[in-house]
Amino acid sequence: MKCLYCKSIFVTSIGWRDLFGLDHEPLLCEDCRGELVFIEGEICRQCGRAFSLFPEKYRQNDLCSDCVEWNQKGRSISKNRSLLQYNSFLQEFMAQFKYRGDAELIKAFKSGLQTLFNKEFRDSILVPIPLSKERHFERGFNQSVLIAGLLDIPMLDALARPLHEEKQSKKSRLDRLGNRTLFSFKTGSEVHGKSIALVDDIYTTGATVEAAGKILLDHGARKVSSFTVARG
Amino acid sequence: MRFATIPTKLGPFLCPEPLANQSTSLFPISKLTELPYPPLQSDFNFDPDLQAFFTGRLLLLDEIPFPLQTIQAHYLHGFIQYEKGITKEEHGLSCRRCGNQDKELFATFSCYRCKEECAYCRNCIMMGRISQCTPLIRWAGPATGFHVEEPILRWDGQLSELQSSASERVYELIGHAGEILVWAVCGSGKTEILFAGIEKALREGLRVCLATPRTDVVMELFPRFEQAFPNTQVEALYGGHSSMDRASPLVLSTTHQLFRFEKAFDVMIVDEVDAFPYSYDKTLQFAVEKACKDEAARIYLSATPSEDLLARVRRKELDVIHISKRFHGYPLPVPEFTWCGNWKKGLKKGYVPKVLTEWVKRKLDSGRQCFLFVPTVKVLNDVYECLKSDSVDFVHAEDPERKEKVNRFRKGEITMLITTTILERGVTVPEIDVAVFGADHEVFTSNAFVQISGRVGRSIEDPYGEVTYFHFGKTKAMASAKKTIEQHNSRSSREIDK
Repeated sequence: MKCLYCKSIFVTSIGWRDLFGLDHEPLLCEDCRGELVFIEGEICRQCGRAFSLFPEKYRQNDLCSDCVEWNQKGRSISKNRSLLQYNSFLQEFMAQFKYRGDAELIKAFKSGLQTLFNKEFRDSILVPIPLSKERHFERGFNQSVLIAGLLDIPMLDALARPLHEEKQSKKSRLDRLGNRTLFSFKTGSEVHGKSIALVDDIYTTGATVEAAGKILLDHGARKVSSFTVARG
Repeated sequence: MRFATIPTKLGPFLCPEPLANQSTSLFPISKLTELPYPPLQSDFNFDPDLQAFFTGRLLLLDEIPFPLQTIQAHYLHGFIQYEKGITKEEHGLSCRRCGNQDKELFATFSCYRCKEECAYCRNCIMMGRISQCTPLIRWAGPATGFHVEEPILRWDGQLSELQSSASERVYELIGHAGEILVWAVCGSGKTEILFAGIEKALREGLRVCLATPRTDVVMELFPRFEQAFPNTQVEALYGGHSSMDRASPLVLSTTHQLFRFEKAFDVMIVDEVDAFPYSYDKTLQFAVEKACKDEAARIYLSATPSEDLLARVRRKELDVIHISKRFHGYPLPVPEFTWCGNWKKGLKKGYVPKVLTEWVKRKLDSGRQCFLFVPTVKVLNDVYECLKSDSVDFVHAEDPERKEKVNRFRKGEITMLITTTILERGVTVPEIDVAVFGADHEVFTSNAFVQISGRVGRSIEDPYGEVTYFHFGKTKAMASAKKTIEQHNSRSSREIDK
């Protein structure tokens, strides 16, 4: 097989898990898989960050201190869960996917995302974070739609992004946290009483999903959580 | 993107979606069997800046710093053509930019630009995505002319007898269709033999490209060429540095960057023609061919030509010039083989063979700089753990400090640099010894050994140096490398051969 990312040839070994159909055939070679850091072990109940990544003093029971502080101000997202640590390898990987436009790459995370979704978001419907029309045209696809599409469950196109803005990644944290009117609700979308999982590629400060979540709650959603490939 | 067809008095032509009437029907260009090319209307007042920018290039719309209206006007008058980025052939898809036809390197996605399932090429995606609805744009009007002020060449160095004979052969080829292989040993001064030929080409208004698979070669040659050709706007192209100025008559480029050219060059020089990844990546060879005009002179440079090239030489399809002697006239250093026992087993237990530590100690004590080549990054880490000290450092392809470390080594701040094969070529440090640890490993091919040995004895002040292979069982590659080096040395003591 050719590795989906580095294009080197690799051999897949058949283990007992394959015989029982537990593992999908990996699309990445062993070296590339070795660079991925899955988020495991103890995590912040709210934002899904691994506790192992920061000093103990920033932890309060099952929350990180960022979340404790944020919860006092009130927030719309009930929890975030991400599959992978946003390390330098994944940064390059996601850049190739998103900015170079290599849509195929995201398929490498299909089975991982399915497993995580089934564990954490079983009763939810998916709402992908939208792009502005200009950005959507420039990129040719919406990465969140491609990610949500891996899960083989219905997705709801409930949001629009009317403003064409600077890339999130080029803004400072303060700019991003002030960003509350980023999205608009698409009238007629049926979110009332529903539990919604917002889908995005990367969760960094949480500002994007927070802004989207608020609008969905305002329109009657019962609960909004967020589900991303990477946790920055 | 989608296009509409618009009727004109010369026939129906294309119009890109942003400029099309809202009521017209839109389709991706992949839906047309043939794209219409409006005939050249020579009374059209074309934009000379667009001409100067475009000559010889084949680009995506996203790469063109001119308004779409300007491009479309030139298209309608026959000065620009839209081309399918990806075509459907009998056997499957084919990328017009990189020549990729490998099924595994195409994928599809639901495309917002054309509202269809759209296939794209994964092989050349680092240059911007080409999908079935992406047009490639070329200049179809008269080409820009090149003129370089005299003096074209400013170089007062002396060529050795072998060099000047090679230089003459290159000079003669310029301006004619033909191919020649310059087989020049490491350190023979092959760049200088090109100067007279390039000067002739520039004087005749021809366009010259020196392409190489390796970015470091472009960066190393660029200042030397700028100095040698003071009145020429030399253009250097490599990943992350692709200028989009007006076309230049002298381009130094990685082979990858040539994906953006088409029928551009009258002279194509490919340096290190055997180097990774050019030698095995057919699409890079396609890129070089596509960038050449049909009648171009093609010159290949190598110290270790591939078996394919040598086979063409034997079949008399390809002319060859040998430069078997280094510019300073001293022979190439012949490698010495030293058995070092089962080094893999040793590393697992956390030590390196005694012969190696003794060699390292001798070098560090003498203060003489050295490279220690190892087969893999894993071995590199293990060996470094055993040998580390203030004067020892390591470097490998993924090392973020790669450039800095090589520079520090050049400046003499590091005495011993442990490295994988990435430094086998091109790095020239005057007084140096070299060892290969784990020489029986398969990454060390005969050509790799010849290149590695070529690092030693480069300067006239210090034409000698040691090359040692530490191994656990002599391989064919080791023996063949030694034989090749000895052959060069005995050839160089004979006459120049034809």
